[in-house]
Amino acid sequence: MTIYQEIILDHYRSPRNFGILKKPSRQVAVANPLCGDKLEFTVKEEKGVVKKIAFQGEGCAISIAAASLTTEHALGKSKEKLQNLDKNLILKLLGINLSPNRVKCALLAWEGLKKVVSD
Amino acid sequence: MDKIATIKKDFPIFARHPNLTYLDSAATSLKPLSVVNKIQEYYQEYSANIHRGIYQISEKATQEYEETRQVVTSFINAESEKEIVYTRSATEGLNLVATSLGSSIVGAGDEIVITIMEHHSNFVPWQQLAKKAQAKLKIIGVTPEGYLDLELDNIKYTNHISKIVNNKTKILAITYVSNVLGTINPIKEIIAQAKKINPKIIVVVDGAQAVPHMPVDVQDLGADFLVFSGHKMLGPTGIGILWGKQELFEKMPPYQYGGDMIKEVAIENTIYQDAPWKFEAGTPHIAGVIGLKEAIRYLQKIGMHKIHKREQKLLADALKRLQEEFGDNITVLGPQKSQDRAGVMAFRLADFHPHDIAQILDESHIAIRAGHHCAMPLHTYLKFSASARASFYIYNNDADIEKLITGLKKAEKTLTK
Ligand SMILES: Cc1ncc(COP(=O)(O)O)c(C=O)c1O
Repeated sequence: MTIYQEIILDHYRSPRNFGILKKPSRQVAVANPLCGDKLEFTVKEEKGVVKKIAFQGEGCAISIAAASLTTEHALGKSKEKLQNLDKNLILKLLGINLSPNRVKCALLAWEGLKKVVSD
Repeated sequence: MDKIATIKKDFPIFARHPNLTYLDSAATSLKPLSVVNKIQEYYQEYSANIHRGIYQISEKATQEYEETRQVVTSFINAESEKEIVYTRSATEGLNLVATSLGSSIVGAGDEIVITIMEHHSNFVPWQQLAKKAQAKLKIIGVTPEGYLDLELDNIKYTNHISKIVNNKTKILAITYVSNVLGTINPIKEIIAQAKKINPKIIVVVDGAQAVPHMPVDVQDLGADFLVFSGHKMLGPTGIGILWGKQELFEKMPPYQYGGDMIKEVAIENTIYQDAPWKFEAGTPHIAGVIGLKEAIRYLQKIGMHKIHKREQKLLADALKRLQEEFGDNITVLGPQKSQDRAGVMAFRLADFHPHDIAQILDESHIAIRAGHHCAMPLHTYLKFSASARASFYIYNNDADIEKLITGLKKAEKTLTK
C-alpha cells in the first residue's frame, strides 16, 4: 500500500499554518541533516495556550504533511499538554504505517513542536 | 551465446524477487550463485583456520585463501602478491594508509590534497590526519559540468595542478570514479603531473567505484596505493583490497597488532611478519577472501572491457531517455557526455524530495538510493541537500531504464503540487 494517501498529499500540497509569525513568543529550527530536511516553528502563546503557530522549511512529503498536521493539532491547546505530546499521536494523525527509515521524517515536526512550546 | 544476455539467471535474488529492478549497485552489488556457492563450500567443506593448521582442511583453506592474492594480482596487474593486503573494505584500506603511513610522513606545515567529490571514507581520514599533524588540507573543487577543477597540461580548467601540488604535498588522495557524479577522473595524467612536480608525493586512489566496472592496471596508473571493496563487485561484504607498492609497505608500521601478523613475540619485543601479512592481524574473513576470488573470476569471464563498454552504452541510453521524457524537469548531476563517466546517475526531478521519489519507486519494486550518498561535502558544494541515484551493473538492461522512467512518471504524478 502506498504511504502517499490523500490526507498526506493534501497536507503536502497545501500545508496548513505555513509561514512565519511576526513577533513570536518563541522561534525554533530543527533539522535532519541526513535527509537535508529543515523546519522552523514560530508560536504565539497567551496564558499558556497556543494562540497561533506556524512552520516553514523544506522536506519530504511526509515531514511537511506531519508538520502541517502537528500545527493543526497544537492550535488552541495548552503548552503543558503539548510538552507531553506522545509521538505516536503524530503517526496516528498521518494515518499510515511508516517504515523505521521514514518515521524520523514524521517525527521532525514532533521535535520542533516540543521545542517551540517548551518553557 | 552472449553471456550478458542471460546474466540475470546467474543471480538467485531475481528468482526470489522476479519483479525487482535493482538500480543501487553503487551501494552494493548483487551476488551470483557461483559466489554464494563458493562461500558455502568453505563453510561446509574446509571451514578451518588458515596458516597454522597442520592438517588437511586447514591446508586446503590456506591454499584457497592465498590463491585469491594471485587472482587479485593479475586482475589489477600488480607486480606481486606481496602487494595485496586483505582488508575489511575500501574504507579500512584508506584508514590503514592514513594511520600507518600518513601519521609517519605528514608533519606540521605539510599538505594533503583531496577533492570535493570524495566519499566520506576518502575524506574524513585525511581531514583527521591533517588536524592531528597540523597539516594543511587542500581540496580540489569541481566545475559546474562535474569535472575536477584542475588544469593539467592537456586539460584546461581554472586551477593548474602546479598551484595545488607542491614540495610540501605529502599525500594526494583521489577517487578514480565519483559515486555521485559518475565522473571518471583522468587519474593517470593527474598522477604523472603531480609526480613531475613532486616526485616524493604519495598518491592514494579510491577505486571503489572503478575496479568493479572497468579495467584497472595499477602499474599503468602509476599510483602508490589503490583500495576497493569486494561487495561492490559481486563479492561478499566485509572483504576489501588494499594494493600498495612493496617498498612502501615494508617501511610502514602495522595498523593493528595480534595473531598471524608476527614472526616472533618475546616479553619485551615483537618481530612482525613481512607485508602483506604484517597488516592482517587476527583471524581474517576467510570465506570473504575465498568468495572474492570467485567474484573476480566471474567478472573476468565476461571481461572488464566489455563490462565497461556495456555500462557506458546503458548510461548513454538512460541519459537520452530521461531527457526525452522529463526535459528540463530532470537534472542529472555530473558530465553529460557518457564517455566521461561511469554508470552512476544521481539526479534531481523537479523539486521533489529524493526520499519521496525513492519511496514511490519502491512501490514498483525499483531500488534506488536517496540522500547524500556519503558525499556531504560535495552536496553542500553543489548546494543540494540530497539527490536520488540510480546505478547500473552487469545485470541491468534497457528494460530496467524503461521501468525507472515509468516509476518516475508515477512519482511526478503523485508529488506535483
Ligand atoms: C567512491 C567510494 N569510495 C569508498 C566507498 C566505501 O566503500 P566501503 O563502504 O565498502 O568501505 C564507497 C562506497 O560507497 C564509494 O562509493
